[in-house]
Amino acid sequence: MAKRKARGETIHGEGRDSLLMSKKWIVGLKVLAHAACLGPVAWLLWRLYLSVTTDPTALGPDPTHTVTFFTGRGTLRLLVITLAVTPVRRLIPKLSWLVRFRRLLGLYAFFYACLHLLTYVWLYAGWSWAAMVDDISQRRFITAGLAAWLMLLPLALTSTSWSIRKLGGKNWNRLHWLTYGAAITGAIHYWWGVKTGVKTPLTITVVLGILLLARPVLKYRAQSAGLRAQRAEGKVAS
Amino acid sequence: MLIGKKSDIPSSEITPKETYMNRRAFMAGAAAGLGAMAARRALGMADTGPGGLQKLTTVKSPLSTPGLTPTAFDAITHYNNFYEFGVDKGDPAKNAWRLKTRPWTVEVEGLVKQKKTFDIDALLKMRPLEDRVYRFRCVEAWSMVIPWVGYSLSELINQCDPLPSAKFIQFVSLDDSKEELLPWNAGISWPYVEGLRMDEAMHPLTLLTFGLYGDVLPNQDGAPVRVVVPWKYGFKSAKSIVKIKFVKGQPETTWNEMASNEYGFYSNVNPNRDHPRWSQKRERVIGAPIFRQLQPTLMFNGYEDQVAKLYTGMNLMKDY
Repeated sequence: MAKRKARGETIHGEGRDSLLMSKKWIVGLKVLAHAACLGPVAWLLWRLYLSVTTDPTALGPDPTHTVTFFTGRGTLRLLVITLAVTPVRRLIPKLSWLVRFRRLLGLYAFFYACLHLLTYVWLYAGWSWAAMVDDISQRRFITAGLAAWLMLLPLALTSTSWSIRKLGGKNWNRLHWLTYGAAITGAIHYWWGVKTGVKTPLTITVVLGILLLARPVLKYRAQSAGLRAQRAEGKVAS
Repeated sequence: MLIGKKSDIPSSEITPKETYMNRRAFMAGAAAGLGAMAARRALGMADTGPGGLQKLTTVKSPLSTPGLTPTAFDAITHYNNFYEFGVDKGDPAKNAWRLKTRPWTVEVEGLVKQKKTFDIDALLKMRPLEDRVYRFRCVEAWSMVIPWVGYSLSELINQCDPLPSAKFIQFVSLDDSKEELLPWNAGISWPYVEGLRMDEAMHPLTLLTFGLYGDVLPNQDGAPVRVVVPWKYGFKSAKSIVKIKFVKGQPETTWNEMASNEYGFYSNVNPNRDHPRWSQKRERVIGAPIFRQLQPTLMFNGYEDQVAKLYTGMNLMKDY
């Protein structure tokens, strides 16, 4: 309890009022969040099990492609949701407690990204180093995908409260700006992966664009709101 | 630039009046039976096994590829690239009921002695329909084996009396699609056009196709008539053809216009010539178990012996 309070003050610094929510609710919502993030993976594993046992079509006519898109889209969606936490909190201060879900969501984004990478390494490259080197050096969409994963890696590694203390809130915040880099690179990876002319990645790109624009807009609003808000701004995690 | 193309308003999200009208026309036509069955299958209302569609009378063909196991009918009809009906692989099966395959004519024009119009039912009777099992390789690095029904395109070309100056042939796909029904997220222009060099078009393997698995073509597979060029990437095999033009120079083709560095005019299946964004060395076999889905891609999709001579003296890395 004391630990959580300390963390709340270090990173979030918006006063405990806005973060106050009954523990019961938080626990309940966290269980829901875990279920929402793990549910699709459980479904995928179940279909995978069926496809190798009784029903080869359980993952559709192109199972490799199904798994690839499932995990890739999952990563991008979770990244976007993670990035939405801060703007939503700024917009609706009553929802400040959402910040307690940000790490969880971010780590799940990384988890999905790892599954996505595993899909590539296993099903496309067949664990062949030669094939991977060939792809990474020659195919920009694979390079972009790997770059996005590499950006997420340090974020996942520094997701502990210990890292935040060690790095200091400001440095940690700066480092975690990489989330935007990863999301943008991920979106580029998506555009480069689809056939020219296909605009399916447009939706996620627009949402990401709005989130990118929301930050400076909300920051400006907060700044003009007064000194107190400004001070809080400096401490608020991205 | 991330998004280089014009950003259309997603008109697909509105249900225009046309859709209702088409739906009504479709209901009226349902009494006719055949169309309804195709639509029912497309809508997933009936079982999806072969046989629900009108049966065609077929004969065996020496040009069929031996030793191949055809991909399941369900995969062939539910994993389609037919952008007029949506860009997701499952979209055409859901939306292709909108395609009205009767009445249907194929106009022949350009460098021919005389313009001609063939009715689809006349085309069906023109030559005996052959069963031809072919490999099908998509430029997106997946493949199927499809038991097509049809006869060599050369049979039709011979009926068209092309002039000696005709060196290429262009296919125009259905052009009566209502603009507002076309998907917002397919950046290609309509109607879909494709083309072949005359000797490619005249090659006996190039199939004027009316059916698959012994039945008429399901709408989503390019009903009522399409071409199949088995040694080229799938997009070269134009669907739902309404017009054939004989021309002097290399004709405009949809994907080539869209991105010529990615989709060459020839687009012969070639494992040595990678797509700029992905490898063409291997392919995902549709319907195969997930851990055994990859297989090596064959030169000319396995039809090298029959077609390589068409390209002697050409640099296939340059003329891809």
